[in-house]
Amino acid sequence: MRPFSFQRATDPDMALQALSAAAAANDPLTQATAQPLAGGTTLIDLMKLDVMRPAAILDINPLALSWSAIEPGAETLRLGALAKMSDVAAHDEIQRNYPVIANSLKLAASAQLRNMATLGGNVMQRTRCSYFRDVSYENCNKRNPGSGCAAMDGVNRMHAVLGTSDQCIATYPGDFAQALIALDATVEVTGKSGTRSMPFAELHKAPGNTPEIETTLQPGELISAFLISGRWPRSVYLKARDRQSYEFALSSAAVALDVQDGTIRDARVALGGVATVPWRAREAEAQLKGQKFDDGLAQRAADAAFADARGRRHNSFKIALGKRVVVRALQQAVTMEI
Amino acid sequence: MSDMSSSRSSGFDRRAFMAGAAGSALAPMTARAAAQEARAPVAQDPALPVDVTLRVNGQDKRLSLDARTTVLDALREHLKLTGSKKGCDHGQCGACTVLIGDRRVVSCLTLALAAEGQEITTIEGLATSDRLHPMQQAFIDNDAFQCGYCTPGQIMSAIACVKEGHAGTDADIREYMSGNICRCAAYPNIVAAVKQAAPEIMKG
Repeated sequence: MRPFSFQRATDPDMALQALSAAAAANDPLTQATAQPLAGGTTLIDLMKLDVMRPAAILDINPLALSWSAIEPGAETLRLGALAKMSDVAAHDEIQRNYPVIANSLKLAASAQLRNMATLGGNVMQRTRCSYFRDVSYENCNKRNPGSGCAAMDGVNRMHAVLGTSDQCIATYPGDFAQALIALDATVEVTGKSGTRSMPFAELHKAPGNTPEIETTLQPGELISAFLISGRWPRSVYLKARDRQSYEFALSSAAVALDVQDGTIRDARVALGGVATVPWRAREAEAQLKGQKFDDGLAQRAADAAFADARGRRHNSFKIALGKRVVVRALQQAVTMEI
Repeated sequence: MSDMSSSRSSGFDRRAFMAGAAGSALAPMTARAAAQEARAPVAQDPALPVDVTLRVNGQDKRLSLDARTTVLDALREHLKLTGSKKGCDHGQCGACTVLIGDRRVVSCLTLALAAEGQEITTIEGLATSDRLHPMQQAFIDNDAFQCGYCTPGQIMSAIACVKEGHAGTDADIREYMSGNICRCAAYPNIVAAVKQAAPEIMKG
């Protein structure tokens, strides 16, 4: 690991000033000189691998005093960005009214990592693409912009089939982000000049021609909270993976339904493990809205979700698997007792 | 104690350690509060070691560490507490699991500087002078290991698993212990050990 200076934040203002002071204007956030340290489960790992090379670490954990509350209000659920994954997953009201959130967190990583990792860090986690994580491969457009992509014709079984470009097919690895994007969450971002809010769907950027730019956050900005309107008791997170536990998704689905008198009034579908960014499947939702549920409808929704999917040599199986995951998640959501 | 400033080559010497004559890199800290007050959040020169006081198994340990030092390396290389094991060093295997506060974490991904001011409990801190912790005893009773390398991490994780309320069923134990890999595959016996110890731990 390369040497770095270590600084502990005392309050949000101090943290934001320290991060902005170190921020060079043109650096993508992921390559910024100063990196905030929350749970550290991505950052320290990638620093050991020499994939991330910050010269300064700012420990923002002291900000948890103000940024880690779990607040299920009557209208809006507010989740502080420094809340730990394990605490949110275990929260009674989250389990009852937002099972898709609780389960997306519970099914991620291990108990130890969930105790460490924060919600904000979780949505910012980097891809598990083995070529990105292994610096002995020079050609990774995410790590070395313009160097090419070793995964394109390499071992790409774990890679994305949606949202890809000819520059990058790295999968967004998280689970919680699919729940957020499905529920139309808002992300609150705090920077030196104050707080701004944006739809969570605008946080991540598909790779396009700039895979090194992963989010719309600027250096010197921190996620401070996530907000979700309404309640979604009829919601499911289903995750298919190579092992039963402690593994990233091959394919996952976050599904939330509002069903009244047998008719689907509102439907939310998001996909994980198959796309380069947290992926909202609006085509699938359009198939479902206003319809009575049956297995044929679920299949049409799943087909719509993957209509634009493009497999490569080793990962085409994700298209068939992903459709089955969507169908089963919909079946589970429709039949769950609430 | 010149090796205090170097975490990359800490001079850990197993023979010296076994002989109980290691150049100890620790000095008991009598005034813990004073040490914490002294920790101003000022950016450090990366080339210089940083003074830090870690509270390990109920004792304050004053160290001077390269900022890159993880809790795991601080324990093993500087405090000679080699019970916590280094398996993958990337947060994947769980062999380095310790408790920070009442939470199980992987110490290999926790910077020592970020752990200052918190209570760290390792496998060495479980037993009293004449009695093993119920989870340690349960691992022996159930033959819940073969090579033993993952065992300290398994035991630390298992204690937290029980206290979190995740040891109610075999399926829960398997799910909530999945962050601890056992390459000898002693899993059935580990599940049995957790079940045996759970009631006693919950009794307090």
